[in-house]
Amino acid sequence: MSSDGSERPEDGAVLAEDRNGSAPVLEEAGREDENALSSRPDAGAARRVAGNGVVATARRWWRQLTSMRTALLLLFLLAVAAAPGSLLPQRNLNADKVDTYFAQHPTLAPAMDKIGLFDVYSSPWFAAIYLLLFVSLIGCLTPRIRVHLRALRRTPPDAPRSLRRLRVHTEYASDGSAGTAADAAYKALRARRFRAVRRRHDDGTVTVSAEKGFLRETGNLLFHFSLVALLVGVAVGSGYGWHGGRLILPGRDNAFCDTLQQYDEYSLGSRVSGGDLPPFCVTLDKFNATYQANGEPLTYSGDVTYSPDGGAGGRRYKLEVNHPLRVDGASVYLVGNGYAPVLKYTDRYGQSQTVTAPFLPSDSNFTSDGVAIFPDANVDPRTGKRNVDLQVAFQGLFFPTVAKQGGQGSTYPGLRDPAVLLFAYRGNTGTDAGIPHSVYSLDQSQIENKQLKQVGKNPKLLRPDTKCTAQSCWKLDDGTTVQFVGVTRWATIQVRHDPGERIVLIAGIALLLGLMGSLTIRRRRVWFRFTPDGSGTAVSAGGLARTEYAGFSTEFDRIVTAARGPARSDADRPPDGRDGADPGPSRGKD
Amino acid sequence: MYSSISDGLMVAAVLGYMLAMIGYAVEYAFGRQGVVARIAARKPRAAKVLVAAGSGDEVTVPGDDSDDEPHRPIDAGRAAAIGRVALAVQTVAAAAHVACLVFRALAAHRVPWGNMYEYVLTACLIATIAWLVVAYRRPSVRHLGLFVSLVVAVLLCVDAAKLYATAGPLVPALNSYWLVIHVSAMTVASGIFLVGFVTVALYLIQERREAWLAEDRPLRFPLTLGDRLPASETLERLGFRIHALGFPIWTFGIMCGAIWAEHAWGRYWGWDPKETWSFIAWVVYAAYLHARATPSVRGRWSSWIAVLGWAVMLVNLFGVNLVVSGLHSYAGVG
Repeated sequence: MSSDGSERPEDGAVLAEDRNGSAPVLEEAGREDENALSSRPDAGAARRVAGNGVVATARRWWRQLTSMRTALLLLFLLAVAAAPGSLLPQRNLNADKVDTYFAQHPTLAPAMDKIGLFDVYSSPWFAAIYLLLFVSLIGCLTPRIRVHLRALRRTPPDAPRSLRRLRVHTEYASDGSAGTAADAAYKALRARRFRAVRRRHDDGTVTVSAEKGFLRETGNLLFHFSLVALLVGVAVGSGYGWHGGRLILPGRDNAFCDTLQQYDEYSLGSRVSGGDLPPFCVTLDKFNATYQANGEPLTYSGDVTYSPDGGAGGRRYKLEVNHPLRVDGASVYLVGNGYAPVLKYTDRYGQSQTVTAPFLPSDSNFTSDGVAIFPDANVDPRTGKRNVDLQVAFQGLFFPTVAKQGGQGSTYPGLRDPAVLLFAYRGNTGTDAGIPHSVYSLDQSQIENKQLKQVGKNPKLLRPDTKCTAQSCWKLDDGTTVQFVGVTRWATIQVRHDPGERIVLIAGIALLLGLMGSLTIRRRRVWFRFTPDGSGTAVSAGGLARTEYAGFSTEFDRIVTAARGPARSDADRPPDGRDGADPGPSRGKD
Repeated sequence: MYSSISDGLMVAAVLGYMLAMIGYAVEYAFGRQGVVARIAARKPRAAKVLVAAGSGDEVTVPGDDSDDEPHRPIDAGRAAAIGRVALAVQTVAAAAHVACLVFRALAAHRVPWGNMYEYVLTACLIATIAWLVVAYRRPSVRHLGLFVSLVVAVLLCVDAAKLYATAGPLVPALNSYWLVIHVSAMTVASGIFLVGFVTVALYLIQERREAWLAEDRPLRFPLTLGDRLPASETLERLGFRIHALGFPIWTFGIMCGAIWAEHAWGRYWGWDPKETWSFIAWVVYAAYLHARATPSVRGRWSSWIAVLGWAVMLVNLFGVNLVVSGLHSYAGVG
């Protein structure tokens, strides 16, 4: 707290002003806001704005909006509005779940979608609530800045006429003159970092007024405006930030470079274009996972090589779940992983093709499903002509540790006994049609319209081997074979840049500091009045905590003890007996 | 080995809390201002004592000044002694509780809040410690330990029966020093809010009871609980102070969670169900603090908001962990 103008020579003008001010101090004491997180005008005040004109109506509405009741109502609305987002599937969290919900509730879902129930946190009504709340907050607190700045400049008001009316008060006698006793009290208060001021009155009395705890309101204002800053940070992030995610397979051939085309999905802020992305590249060299005996994962890590600014050469980094890679102002996170069986198909012309097909895990033991499509299978090497009806695809399940009975699911997430269960399809896979479609499943419409037919009735369980054996190879009815060569691991990475993060962090820290200030600091005032009485001085002291403060009387007692000076600090048991007759603080002078 | 010691200590702690609960119940019923004493002293006088004490500036509780009561029950002194024993038993049980967590940590080589079982265990310990601090500093409210030990014992029983998970290492996402900071802050704040909830709930009972006494309406359970409670004003202030302590810690915990989320998931806030419900709890408790600063809604209304806040906390703990799936699914249950 800054030092104030307490050394100002007090004169008649100030005195008169403060005398007038002294009476309201006590009245003010009766109406204390007890925690002052915010003391807003009551809604009732809004109705008291008189008049019917546009200005009066507007003012009425404004008062209503900035009233505490409205703020409370908006807080509740915000809480209620946030809830459905956790109960209904949300597009920003899991778009697949939203699609599932649509499939399950075909009539209800579109209506719910229309009112934004699947995008609660970006819906207009959610925005309306928090924006109104922030308008209300700003409207309420901006005037309080002015009030607070004025309070900071003001000297503490003069002592009220009767300090005895205060709940915390005491009286004692001092040997010294009013001036010296007042100096001692002044020093005691200043030592406790009170803003203090001495006033000499015409009748010879001296008063000392002191006040402390302005940081409470400072903290209060800081807290609320930090919320505004936080919202600004969020807005900056959504305007200038971007993020994208993709699945990445190990190996140089599968290197990822930071361009929009390379992402499986991405989202750009409204003020970002694809050209703004920093051109770094990342290669996944190897993905490692370890598990406990019970199947719980222990560690995931991806050994990556990256080159900032799209330059040559590479730096190595161990990408882990809590250990993102920071490069070119963006952050690369490891967000998922899975297995990719490597399948080799040998067609009727003896041509082999190998596909590494990432399968998506569907349970915690990494039972995974996916497809391997060979669109260029059975191309006649002599003519080079493709026959789309002879394309081959395999839909399958992968088990890192296949159940003993086989085909039931995986029993352990690690590669103890890997196997793949394949369903073979032949025909037009539909991949040439150019219609976007999930790469993890077959185009069901092609199966339905009989363009793509299952080969054989039963699926086949294969175990990996680099050689074609009875375990690893499956000979189809047309003499072609598919071989389960091996398995590799993929990782999903998320790349993100959020320039609002720093603003949010700073605002968060300020918010917390302000909150602690506004909840723990108490504003309080202490007054001393020194009246010359014969050779000595009669002293009356009183204190007022403007907010609930259980320890105030203890603090007040300490101040009074210090103000009386060391010789009188324990008047009941005087160390040298010199001041034994001095009345203690508990005994009033009269 | 360590794990089974921990499990044994957990049982010991629960039994200790139950024993303490019985002791507190005895003091509650037969103590200086127990139900028996109240009936002997008649209701109107009791009300006067409570109101007079409530007008004090400090948070004081009517207590040991009942020497002039006309019908002082014979066993009031003994009941107080039993209350002291209950406090001692609860302290010992809390020590067992601490040891239980220490062994759990030793068994798993990590901080003891890696799954929901351990989280509840830790939150209950915090609540108990918070209560013990209050009980040692203000012996006159000691008998209220009945409610705290009741809630803690019930939560621990549910915890052991429904949420138990064997001690083991952390899943990769939890393997971060932020686990220590974020989860401990959340646990401490939850424990404090639990005590705050008990306080405002008792306030609501006492406030209603005082109103009914003023109207001369006959009292029925649960209002009769108020016979043994401090004045409503005192409870209300205490409730506020507890929440005012918990709220910044909760805020801090959410912020740490956001920083950790940025490290682990690549964004500081993503409206994951757990995040959403922590936010809702934050908003509701913020509303409580604001309501309390507003004279027209302070008291009954503001306290109901605090009760609502605790309901949200419970949804967040049980509902989100067990029903909704999200990124915070570390419960290790089922």
